[in-house]
Amino acid sequence: MGGTMGEPAGGATAGIGDIQAGRLDAATLAANFADAHPPLTPAQAVVEANRCYFCHDAPCVEACPTGIDIPGFIRKISTGNLRGSAQTILEANIFGGSCARVCPTEELCEHACVHTAQESKPIQIGALQRHAVDWLMARGTVLFTRAAPTGRRVAVVGAGPAGLACAHALARHGHDVTVFEARAKPGGLNEYGIAAYKVPDEFARREIDFIVAIGGIGIEHGKALGRDISLDALRREFDAVFLGLGQAGVKALDLSGETMPGVRDAIDFIAEVRQAPKQQIPVGRRVVVIGGGNTAIDAATQARLLGAEDVTIVYRRGPEQMTATHKEQAWARTHDVRIRHWAAPARLIAEAGARGVTVAGVEFARTRLDAAGRLELTAERFVLAADMVLKAIGQSLVPGPLDGLVATRDGRIVVDADRRTSLPNVYAGGDCVAGADLTVVAVQDGKLAAAAIHRQLSGAA
Amino acid sequence: MADLRTTFAGIASPNPFWLASAPPTDKAYNVARAFKAGWGGVVWKTLGEDPPVVNTASRYGAVSYNGVRIAGFSNIELITDRPLQVNLDEIKAIKRDWPDRAVVVSLMVPCTEESWQRILARVEDTGCDGVELNFGCPHGMSERDMGSAVGQVPAYVEMVTRWCKQHTRMPVIVKLTPNVTDILAPAAAAQRGGADGVSLINTVQSITGVDLDLMAPEPVVDGKGTHGGYCGPAVKPIALRMVAEIARALPDLPVSGIGGISVWRDAAEFIALGAHNVQVCTAAMHHGFKIVEDMIDGLSNWMDGKGHDAVAAITGRAVRNFVHWNDLNLNYKTVARIDQSLCIKCGLCHIGCEDTSHQAIAALRVDGQRRYQVIDSACVGCNLCYLACPVDGCITMVKQKVPGGVLTWAQHPNNPLRKEPAA
Repeated sequence: MGGTMGEPAGGATAGIGDIQAGRLDAATLAANFADAHPPLTPAQAVVEANRCYFCHDAPCVEACPTGIDIPGFIRKISTGNLRGSAQTILEANIFGGSCARVCPTEELCEHACVHTAQESKPIQIGALQRHAVDWLMARGTVLFTRAAPTGRRVAVVGAGPAGLACAHALARHGHDVTVFEARAKPGGLNEYGIAAYKVPDEFARREIDFIVAIGGIGIEHGKALGRDISLDALRREFDAVFLGLGQAGVKALDLSGETMPGVRDAIDFIAEVRQAPKQQIPVGRRVVVIGGGNTAIDAATQARLLGAEDVTIVYRRGPEQMTATHKEQAWARTHDVRIRHWAAPARLIAEAGARGVTVAGVEFARTRLDAAGRLELTAERFVLAADMVLKAIGQSLVPGPLDGLVATRDGRIVVDADRRTSLPNVYAGGDCVAGADLTVVAVQDGKLAAAAIHRQLSGAA
Repeated sequence: MADLRTTFAGIASPNPFWLASAPPTDKAYNVARAFKAGWGGVVWKTLGEDPPVVNTASRYGAVSYNGVRIAGFSNIELITDRPLQVNLDEIKAIKRDWPDRAVVVSLMVPCTEESWQRILARVEDTGCDGVELNFGCPHGMSERDMGSAVGQVPAYVEMVTRWCKQHTRMPVIVKLTPNVTDILAPAAAAQRGGADGVSLINTVQSITGVDLDLMAPEPVVDGKGTHGGYCGPAVKPIALRMVAEIARALPDLPVSGIGGISVWRDAAEFIALGAHNVQVCTAAMHHGFKIVEDMIDGLSNWMDGKGHDAVAAITGRAVRNFVHWNDLNLNYKTVARIDQSLCIKCGLCHIGCEDTSHQAIAALRVDGQRRYQVIDSACVGCNLCYLACPVDGCITMVKQKVPGGVLTWAQHPNNPLRKEPAA
């Protein structure tokens, strides 16, 4: 029915606002949300590791934002030195476990792999990385120890990958770190913003337990910048501050009716899928997701897996412009999610149903590029019926809590190469600064900031 | 279709692929399966005097490399552990059932003329095509003054060969051990003794690995290990060299090539270096007898493609080009050429050359892209990059124009002992 012109089918009576939990039985839900990419067996890992050429100046390393010595860790897998392999990974990227699961490797290391050039079949770098890190974490091995306490104190705002990567590196140097986190759990988007089947079995929590086990890191939950703590106070109480705020704001469609029942932010839906039992998560029978990033893919695919019958992603530009990778798009299609391009929402259609006035559909305007290459809406319209509309058109930095103390540009905190902000002793990284919004980039930001903070605290800067 | 029939030491077989004397040829059951699969001949696992030897549990060890299993293989098994008459009866039946295949019987008895005379008479009665004297086994039997204990002493080789030629009318093949300094010495001794041919190599003394938990050499027998005999793909280069040495120095002595032959190409190489046929063991033990199918039509198709109509036409064809180092042309130059359109930027050509050789491949960035480029003036034409490159055809060694003709070490100005050209 999606794509038909005119009024949504069914009129006011037949299931308008059909949003309910428990569309599928518990066993089906458990299967649907199981590990999307099961781990390699030890035998598979060795076979795959042996395919690696151990390149010099390996293109994969350059393609990794955290610069993991990929040929090095893969060789150690092939020789049975799994502890050494995990150490190589985690020295460069303490979130190596989750990056192995959520990185768009097809656009990073595996895209650069020389096997891609040779035979279009890269080494499964992500899967191998997971193999080594999982091996280590399963044994509870402590790899990192703290240097002698320095007595210096650093505040980290946000317990996401950027903040905790920074905290871990600082803790290794012997500094004391206090992490202030607004939400109830640490992990940031790893805990709240990524599809459940990418990090099943409480992986995000277990990884953070592993990271903070080094000691010297205290996490204070329920502490939001601008509400419970102020940047000014942090600067006074701590020797340095790292801001890993992420992007707490969600972009709006700017259409009337955005707050009516049935319309919600995809990122909230994803968080609910991560936090609540699957049987208790309400989902529409017909779902329209608006956006072109991984959030749209994660929301749409999970809506299907919760039992939505009909799920469509609508993106205003073409497949090449989607920030969701080709692999992610294919993943959604595999789950029977339709992806429609070159259409932008023009109107939210409200209708009275059994549960009062709810969203009943979205009217889209077809889009095209004008002569100057700018996107423009055309007069051509179509309507997609929907019980649930998920907005995934992007998030934004909420600047208020910064009290105007830190320079921003284009909605992001301005930082230098060492992730220093315009404010002395204040650093920032992750999605609140410019750059690709990826876990692996956030980790690198945290790592670089920690190195700079340590130099500053050691008087070497 | 090329004619694959071969004759070695006067023994004819429909193709050059024999199974070597080893576990695959220990019983009629295995040999019949081998012949059904298409093997041209077998050398029956070595017979000895009764009472039979006793073998150990845990007999094999192997070297796996980069995930490739059994790149090298080692055994500590002795000769047949079945009664002599059982073997003789089976050999007789097999030869009766498979008259077109070569059936040669390997023998090892104490170093007395009576022992050899006695067993030869009984073996001859089976109707087999010939005997192979096992002077190669480098483990166990050698501690009992047999096997390589004989093969390492040319005088013994000659003596026993002569006894055997005197006491049988069957062709006598002498199987040589590679565990010697100069393979020509036992080969020439066999020839002097009247051998109809030699087969080589037997296995190389080895320890394939160490069990680091038990702290014992592999294969481990109840916590202890002994040296074994090494074979399989890893020993092929050693075997090729020894076969070629004999083909070059003793051209009238027929050779059966053994050592790591796994595919038809290996066989073609042995034949090109002078082998009249080949014997296979490890590849069959790893993959079963069916591998002979590809050996037969692979060799045949290659010969057809090259216009070789019979195995004899290629036998020894590469021997004339197997020369002493001093006969190599020092006035020959190649340099590596990298086909940039095929390069996948792995950098292996660069790092090998840079770290370990001649710093002749530059690692450049052109517009941010990796580019590996040969520095002609530094390249000595060693082949390392060409060998390391994972892409077929990406690196080639290109002959350079050099003034002057062939210049060997004998003529080279740097050679203090050079022969001055005749005035």
